Amino acid sequence: MKIVVCVKQIPDPASPYELDPDSYYVVRPADQVLDDTDRYGVEVALQLSDEIGDAASVTLLSMSPGGSQQGIRQALAMGADGAILVEDETLRGADALTTSQVLAAAAKRAEADLVITGTESTDGYTGVVPQQVAELMGAPSLTFARKVEHVDGKIRIERQTQAGYDVVEGALPAVLSVTSGVVEPRYPTFKGIMQAKSKPVETLTAADLGVAPDVQQKITSVEDVASRQAGDIVEDEGEGHLRIIEKLEEVKVV
Amino acid sequence: MKTWVFSTESDGHAGSAALEALSKARSFGGDLGVIHVGPGSEAALAELGDHGATSVLQIAEGSAAALAAGLAEAAGSQQPDLIVFGAGNLDRDVAGRLSARLGKPVLANAVDIAVDGDALQVVNEILGGTQRVTTSFAGGSPAIVITRPKAFAAEPSGGGAPAVTTLELPDVGHAGDVEVLSQHVEESSGPDLEAAAVVVSGGRGIGDADKFSMVHELADLLGGAAGATRAVVDAGWVPYSYQVGQTGKTVKPDVYVACGISGAMQHLVGMKDSTTIIAINKDPEAPIFGVADLGIVGDVHNVIPALVEALKARA
Ligand SMILES: Cc1cc2nc3c(=O)[nH]c(=O)nc-3n(C[C@H](O)[C@H](O)[C@H](O)COP(=O)(O)OP(=O)(O)OC[C@H]3O[C@@H](n4cnc5c(N)ncnc54)[C@H](O)[C@@H]3O)c2cc1C
Ligand SMILES: Nc1ncnc2c1ncn2[C@@H]1O[C@H](COP(=O)(O)O)[C@@H](O)[C@H]1O
Repeated sequence: MKIVVCVKQIPDPASPYELDPDSYYVVRPADQVLDDTDRYGVEVALQLSDEIGDAASVTLLSMSPGGSQQGIRQALAMGADGAILVEDETLRGADALTTSQVLAAAAKRAEADLVITGTESTDGYTGVVPQQVAELMGAPSLTFARKVEHVDGKIRIERQTQAGYDVVEGALPAVLSVTSGVVEPRYPTFKGIMQAKSKPVETLTAADLGVAPDVQQKITSVEDVASRQAGDIVEDEGEGHLRIIEKLEEVKVV
Repeated sequence: MKTWVFSTESDGHAGSAALEALSKARSFGGDLGVIHVGPGSEAALAELGDHGATSVLQIAEGSAAALAAGLAEAAGSQQPDLIVFGAGNLDRDVAGRLSARLGKPVLANAVDIAVDGDALQVVNEILGGTQRVTTSFAGGSPAIVITRPKAFAAEPSGGGAPAVTTLELPDVGHAGDVEVLSQHVEESSGPDLEAAAVVVSGGRGIGDADKFSMVHELADLLGGAAGATRAVVDAGWVPYSYQVGQTGKTVKPDVYVACGISGAMQHLVGMKDSTTIIAINKDPEAPIFGVADLGIVGDVHNVIPALVEALKARA
């Protein structure tokens, strides 16, 4: 089984985001980190691959116009076999649909049996890329998975629902999106980090994939919103609960 | 202007996101249709009419791929200008696929939609709601939008029953090869989180699944509902139905009590519009204090039991 895991590289969330004042695109440094959300997809892929054995492979897929490889190496260090990087300046500011066209074309080119994604990226959080990729691949989608199993050549998941969960099964090739409750991602070992340096990363352009970027949405303004004012902050010295009761009385809850 | 709204029936009721979107869409004028997935109970259809829907395309059930294909065909012949989805799982599945099928973008996380003649604009909040971004569609109709829960208030218009047409779904082959084997309900106790006047939420600072009972106890004493952060849901302490935030529920209670919650941007967007916010956190630098009307810097394991005792003593 050829497993392709979509991994997004994003500006380090530890430092504040900046929007380019002209285009309003997020300013992306040359080196970006692995979106934490995608570590879960990588872990699910590695566990499926371990279970299936030699007949399985795990390839990472990342679209990153500036050509960042830092995040890809982080995911390779977890144990993936190799990666595909779509690197092309014309993809800067790509919307979700353009991103999905690129990812779907690359996954098809790699003859993926299973494409794994997160449910929402940390910086874009459109949460529609998995479904768009599935549609473009003509594949079933198994989304919002909180548990994943490989049963009789099919993928069976527990799909998180408002009421609880559904058990859903889909035929391969398929697209699977996982939540961050699905598995506990492993930390790379030192050996893994060393090996990641020499694992193959194939780079492609949009043209290689036959995608002509066409962004059909445009940000016209960004405004600051008047933010909520912080109130009293008090240290609890055994009386904190009394301050809460005072507040609850003030707003007539007790 | 022709607007379509996506609704999924649950327990015999129309989708709440659909009623909210219909209430907003009435101000656009023109035709208001609903794509309704589910058994099509009389009550659900009446609710849709009562919120302004004049026509309903009724679909019993289908895979996301088949629903998107059916919707794409209907959109091709009936030419809506705008299709509005909620933020639920099926909403996202169908909106994403429809977008790919039609080659049109989808704008997600909308908190407002503005119509000016033929031009459609969508407003998003970013960075925990500190900035508002306006985006316009440049791809021609239909514009596909996914709205945030509670972006609009649901207000009945007193409309009568809508005209209902059944929509048959096409066969989509392999893309539709998914099967729901079973459905499971995870009980949550207490009042409805989204409607409660008081919400007490717990984060990772509560410590473990057993200790989460103190969040329930406090919520009960205040006649409110219990909520949680995604970290706590992912850890399996409580079901997903408790989750407040970007990928969970949006709550706007009179009082929100955040216990052992750091206040990540994705949590704040789900509760920052509460009237009064009270936070308990042992870290004075925790971002939750930036939005709290009252912040207690302290250990939840001291403050909550003391609060519970004091409230019981008053009862
Ligand atoms: C795409 C995306 C979507 C997301 N959607 C959501 C969402 O819908 N909802 C959501 O909540 N999160 C969401 N998140 C996750 C979010 O970023 C945070 O990781 C999460 O909210 C943190 O939860 P927490 O506050 O419980 O845990 P932590 O961030 O670990 O905070 C725990 C807090 O408890 C305090 N604490 C520890 N012990 C004690 C004690 N004894 N007494 C008092 N205080 C104590 C600590 O000081 C700390 O501030 C999302 C993330 C992403 C990337
Ligand atoms: N540029 C990208 N490269 C690789 N994967 C991506 C990219 N953008 C989105 N994805 C995948 O799609 C998921 C959902 O992203 P989004 O729709 O942006 O919220 C992410 O968790 C990733 O797995």
